[in-house]
Amino acid sequence: MEIWWRALTFTLGYNTSLVTVGAMLLAAAAGMVGSFVLLRKRALVSDAISHSTLPGLALAFLIMGVWQGDGRVLPALLVGAAGSAGIGLWMVQRIGERTRLGEDAAIGAVLSTFFAFGVVLITVIQSLSVRGQSGLTGYLVGATAGMLYSEALLIAACAMGLLLALLIWRRDLLLLCFDPAFARTQGYDTGRLDLLLLVLLMAVVVIGLKVTGLILIVALTIIPPVAARFWTDQPMRMVALAALLGALAGYLGVTLSSVREGLPTGPLIVLAAFALFLVSFLFSPRRGVLASLLAYRRLRRRVHLRQGLLALGRDEPIFDGLTLTLLRRRGLMRRDGVATPAGRAVARDAVHEERLWALYRRRYPDDALHREHAGLTPIGQVLSADAIMVLEAELPPAEVAQ
Amino acid sequence: MNEFMVFSLVPLAVSIIISMTCALLGNFLVLRRQSLIGDAISHVALPGIVVSFLITGTLASFAMMLGAGVAALVTVALIELIRRLGRVEGSAAMGVVFTSLFAVGVLLLEWHGAAGVHLDVEHALYGNLESLIWFEGVGLAALIDPVALADLPPQLGRVAWVALAVVAFVIVMRRPLVLASFDPDFAASMRARPALVDLLLVTLVAVAAIAAFEAVGSIIVIAMFICPAAAARLMTNRLGAQIAWSQCFALLAAVAGYLLAGEAPLWLGFEVSLSAAGMIATVAGLILLAACLFGPCRARTGAAQHD
Amino acid sequence: MPDSRLGKAVIASPLALQGVTVSYDHRPVVHSVDFVTPPGSMSAIIGPNGAGKSTLLKAALGITRRLSGEVRVFGRPLEQETRHLAFVPQRSSIDWDFPARVIDVVGMGLYRDLRWWQFGSRKLRRRAMESLVRVGMEGFAERQIGQLSGGQQQRVFLARALVQEADLTILDEPFAGVDAATEAAIIQVLKSLRDEGRTLLCVHHDLATVREYFDHVLLMNVRRVAAGPVDEAFTEDNLQATYGGRLSPVQLARLVEPTPAGWQEGTERR
Repeated sequence: MEIWWRALTFTLGYNTSLVTVGAMLLAAAAGMVGSFVLLRKRALVSDAISHSTLPGLALAFLIMGVWQGDGRVLPALLVGAAGSAGIGLWMVQRIGERTRLGEDAAIGAVLSTFFAFGVVLITVIQSLSVRGQSGLTGYLVGATAGMLYSEALLIAACAMGLLLALLIWRRDLLLLCFDPAFARTQGYDTGRLDLLLLVLLMAVVVIGLKVTGLILIVALTIIPPVAARFWTDQPMRMVALAALLGALAGYLGVTLSSVREGLPTGPLIVLAAFALFLVSFLFSPRRGVLASLLAYRRLRRRVHLRQGLLALGRDEPIFDGLTLTLLRRRGLMRRDGVATPAGRAVARDAVHEERLWALYRRRYPDDALHREHAGLTPIGQVLSADAIMVLEAELPPAEVAQ
Repeated sequence: MNEFMVFSLVPLAVSIIISMTCALLGNFLVLRRQSLIGDAISHVALPGIVVSFLITGTLASFAMMLGAGVAALVTVALIELIRRLGRVEGSAAMGVVFTSLFAVGVLLLEWHGAAGVHLDVEHALYGNLESLIWFEGVGLAALIDPVALADLPPQLGRVAWVALAVVAFVIVMRRPLVLASFDPDFAASMRARPALVDLLLVTLVAVAAIAAFEAVGSIIVIAMFICPAAAARLMTNRLGAQIAWSQCFALLAAVAGYLLAGEAPLWLGFEVSLSAAGMIATVAGLILLAACLFGPCRARTGAAQHD
Repeated sequence: MPDSRLGKAVIASPLALQGVTVSYDHRPVVHSVDFVTPPGSMSAIIGPNGAGKSTLLKAALGITRRLSGEVRVFGRPLEQETRHLAFVPQRSSIDWDFPARVIDVVGMGLYRDLRWWQFGSRKLRRRAMESLVRVGMEGFAERQIGQLSGGQQQRVFLARALVQEADLTILDEPFAGVDAATEAAIIQVLKSLRDEGRTLLCVHHDLATVREYFDHVLLMNVRRVAAGPVDEAFTEDNLQATYGGRLSPVQLARLVEPTPAGWQEGTERR
């Protein structure tokens, strides 16, 4: 606990602090770029990118290993990863454009084939005597524990650069995600903007490889944006919030991993992000599950009660179980299905109100469209007393119930 | 010959069965644009196995498969839950769930790595085809010798059962499957239970993925769910023919991949063998690449045709 | 047995909706809609975009979940009766690149006539071919569906509904994006169905042809605005109430004229 506190307050040593800051910057960049990708409905493209880095990584490792004796040269590995991820991404695009296959099949085909080829290359490496082989598996699940100072610095600097690039291009990217057709009429080259977005996504994935590993970096580009979406409907706010949630997840994850020896950073960052997602999913007042379920139940009861009262007032039979229960529980209907005196009075009011609403909708169709058109709210709460008086005066005499 | 029987016959047979089974289901996944569900399920097999190990303390096949199966069902349920209740796009919901569960798996694994448990990520990814040795399989006579047959690796029997189940499912459910894949609303109006069909399909995908996972690792599974079926999709406009093509491609990939992994390095003068699972998946990808370039039905036809 | 408290009209109707409500995002998109489809009628559901017309159809078919309300088929709850209904979804809701031939799609309408071990019969194939003949597509039976034009695709969908031999056929915008010739052909088939005593219920978007094609209408905009025989319900007043200010007075006057002349070119007139 005490170690965690020291990590949280950046007093656990310079190296840990640097890694923490680097992970936060990276996760913020991933959250931002992920938001645009999510809005573009291509969330799992990052899955294809991340898996297709493996053959590049392995090849770079092989070349550096044969050339220098040790394959663990981060810059070279990143270049290799970016190279093969670029090819994979290009293939996903081409398959989607040129063939009848859907993007899901393109992503799945590229990610599995590239990854499989990477595995073949790894078995080649294993048969050769190249030093630092265990370092390669670190890229599958991430490892910050043994990270060199220079590596941490490189990652932090790249993440910073990416964040800046995203800030500069945020408006263009948003336009692309929001309305590509409109963007085109405004003179934007949407093809190039799309490419820019994918390149930024690729950069985030490649830089993140060392921190969270190849599979889990995908999580950082998906989970924070999805979580942010629960809190706002406004795209730019969502992007900012995703960056914030990402950074928070990075902060919690890295600091938690320093609590005990051997706790892996990547999974902890992802699980921190998932926890943030879970809170948003359940408790967001706008789109959260609890709020939605409650609202749904409330609406259902209001509609059923209203329909029941109208049916009572019009002497129509009621079949619906929930409606009957609601009426009985409120003492508006007797067990045998006959309205109580109170029920009859309330039903009469409901029918009258319904007629007022109907008249209002007919007289002022435009206004009615903009107002609460469910007609479940008492009309007195929506219209002024004067307006109701006018309506009352215009109301044709009630038809005789049949 | 004896060497082939002992070391290669079973791995080859397992690869072929798994490849063809996955490709058969893959046809429907590709048509329904759900290709990536296989990807998600193969990833969550890891946490399933780790948790099952932590609970039961054994690495017995049954416990492992049970754990992976439970994890797969939990994944599917969570994806649906998030998609429906949270109104999150399907692929994003999938991304949230499988990466998080995978993270749980890695975390638990590393936590217990200190305890010296042999259970590593690599094994899960690459499988261990090479370990399926038939010690008694000496000579052709072993093929009809009950004693020798009893010594066959149990994985072979398991994948065969799964293959049978999948074939039976596709034959019995062919009509609701096609109906629900083509036009879910119409299927619902016919009371063809598209939701139930979805669930059954995903369950079988999970069963196939897990049976394969134990024997051949997860990468081959993902590749086989997608590549042969996708390639077949580019060869023909008939569903029956598409399924036949996918089976041929799967067979080709399994045989060619297996042989290449064993033999190719020898041709080049290296005394090593490569990952057979990886090679099979790579060949499947190459077949798809060829189909994308030369397949007679590779272009879209039905999209945006208006008078 | 249908409930004894039900009205005669409800028991006779192939589709009676009572208080049907469907919500999305805590908001009703269809609110308390009542409609008793008269048997043997050709009815149109009319309303502006986003009025919940397609949602109402899907709720009526049990595809979308209802928040409240009853759907009855000849007086019985929908859940017990399905053989009487055929559905023609919107053409755009389908991936037309699906590997299927025209005859395969029509065969989907025979889903309930085949057990899983049966591979079809000559009788059923003849039924499928007969429906294709009825929509004039018999020459395309072996064609891949992606190679058809929009109008031809719509006819195939109609054939799939015909093969079900249902009492009520529900169509979601059958004339959207089809050419004039197809529209005329489809309406001819629909009218011949009505003449056989079957019932048709269509979501329809072209106000100009309502009078010509249909005998009953349901005007709705989330709620029901009006319903009844075209002459009584398809009035200027009701249209105004349905569409708000979105129709100009000139448009309205033309629409409700009993015999619109030269309103829309290309449609066949009787």
